[in-house]
Amino acid sequence: MIEIKNVSLRLGDTQILEDVSLTMPKGGVTALVGPNGAGKSSLLSLIARLQPLQSGSISVDGLPVDTTPSRRLAKTLAILRQDPAVASRLKVRELVGFGRFPHQRGRIDANDMKLIEAALQQFGLMDLADRFLDNLSGGQRQRAMVAMAFCQGTDYMLLDEPLNNLDMLFARQLMRDLRAAADNDKRTVIVVLHDINHAAVYADRIVAMKSGRVVADGPPAEVLQPDVLARVFGYDMDVIDVGGAPLVLHHR
Amino acid sequence: MPDKRLLILAALAVVVAVAFMTVGLRGNIGFALELRAVRLVTLIQVGVAIAISTVVFQTVTANRVLTPQIMGLDALYMFGQMALVLALGSVGYVALDPRLKFVGEAGLMMAMALVLFLPMLRRRFDIGLLLLTGVVLGVLFRSLASLIARLIDPNEFAVVQGSSFADFNTVRPDLVIVGLMVTTIAAIIIWRLRHLLDIVALGADSATGLGVSWTKALAGLLLLVAALVAVSTALVGPVTFFGLLVVALAERIVDSRRHRLLLPAAMLTAVIVLLGGQIVLQHLLGGAATLGVVIEFVGGLVFLAMLITTSKR
Repeated sequence: MIEIKNVSLRLGDTQILEDVSLTMPKGGVTALVGPNGAGKSSLLSLIARLQPLQSGSISVDGLPVDTTPSRRLAKTLAILRQDPAVASRLKVRELVGFGRFPHQRGRIDANDMKLIEAALQQFGLMDLADRFLDNLSGGQRQRAMVAMAFCQGTDYMLLDEPLNNLDMLFARQLMRDLRAAADNDKRTVIVVLHDINHAAVYADRIVAMKSGRVVADGPPAEVLQPDVLARVFGYDMDVIDVGGAPLVLHHR
Repeated sequence: MPDKRLLILAALAVVVAVAFMTVGLRGNIGFALELRAVRLVTLIQVGVAIAISTVVFQTVTANRVLTPQIMGLDALYMFGQMALVLALGSVGYVALDPRLKFVGEAGLMMAMALVLFLPMLRRRFDIGLLLLTGVVLGVLFRSLASLIARLIDPNEFAVVQGSSFADFNTVRPDLVIVGLMVTTIAAIIIWRLRHLLDIVALGADSATGLGVSWTKALAGLLLLVAALVAVSTALVGPVTFFGLLVVALAERIVDSRRHRLLLPAAMLTAVIVLLGGQIVLQHLLGGAATLGVVIEFVGGLVFLAMLITTSKR
């Protein structure tokens, strides 16, 4: 369980997060949605101790993120940030293998090999496994990074806009893979999404943020209502029902 | 299982080292051999120190066109040296045990490197800003050093002047042993950290996510780099582009950025280039040019080429 209590964040004169309290039970896919600058990424990086906590408290499975040793947390929680800059001469398989670092400090044994192959398989990277990262497209690199986070084998996976750079086919594939990670591997997936319709179909729960506050929180059918969406995103949009799932016509 | 390319490099390094010891040997063999052995050890450890400090520095800064020297680390060392002369006077400076002096200067430099660079590296600057800061810092410390040079007695200046230029010919037997110790220890530590370095290369966020304590790792690596730069600067003076040249070459040869390949490849390449260059210049060209100038010239060209190709991408 991730427990966020009264977390505020101020960078310079800007209030990024204001008194956010949130509980995310273990399991399932949670989508963080909201307009640019809502504080989604900041919240994610605070949970993943990438930024120091200014006020409030965050704990993951009872481990306070500000005092727990980084290495201990790395076995519980994996984070993938927006466009991480990896442009060096590394093969996809090597990068995915780095996910085992918190467990093995760099030594790779037979069990790790199995996990690496499984991650490559899961994210459709078998054909690319021996290609160098600097020869891949942005979308392929993105998938390799997600596979690395998966390979870390943590109960919690935090992903910041993983659909960036992905075309429709791979965006759908990645969401399905994340869904499978939650359903089959019992991972808890927390993902920042801009495409609200992906959230509608693949998330169990949607947390909507605006101006550093949580403004809506619940299952997709509850959050994806015209009045809620207008409050979050600042304009009116229609929501229709397609096969039991809400479809937000946000582009019209 | 050692990589085939590494084995070839190692064999080549041995061949060059043997050639360095034996080519054109005449006169008092015993004396010549002893002299050459000291020079061999000096050049090897300088090569190793520059190669691995450059690899680590590039990894820490996530930047393949940087060397610690481009960022002004060697200028920092020379500034420390000048400051010491100013404080002690040339008589006191010369009277000091050179090893003690080296340790003092290196320590001073490591402390200053930590104070100056750590805040900058904690948030990764982009290449332009990083280069600019490095150039400014380099100029600052060179200017401070020359300001001190003006303040002190010309005789005292002569004492330190010798160490302000790259010089692969003068041997400092007094510093070889202490330098060898520092280089060996640093090399062993860095080799043991090779997996961590792979992770550090992914950047602050990814490395933290994988359980690395970023600031701690950065501080430790920076100290190692500073110690190695102190060794190479003390032994042969400032060399700016040599590290860039050998690391770029090594990366081409092993075609990987994994440190378990890149570190040994860079070390071996550095040794081959230094010793080989020395042999060619000394025996084939009759000492027509100095190694320092040639290496800096070629390395500078590589630096420009890399800047142009990276900016194109």
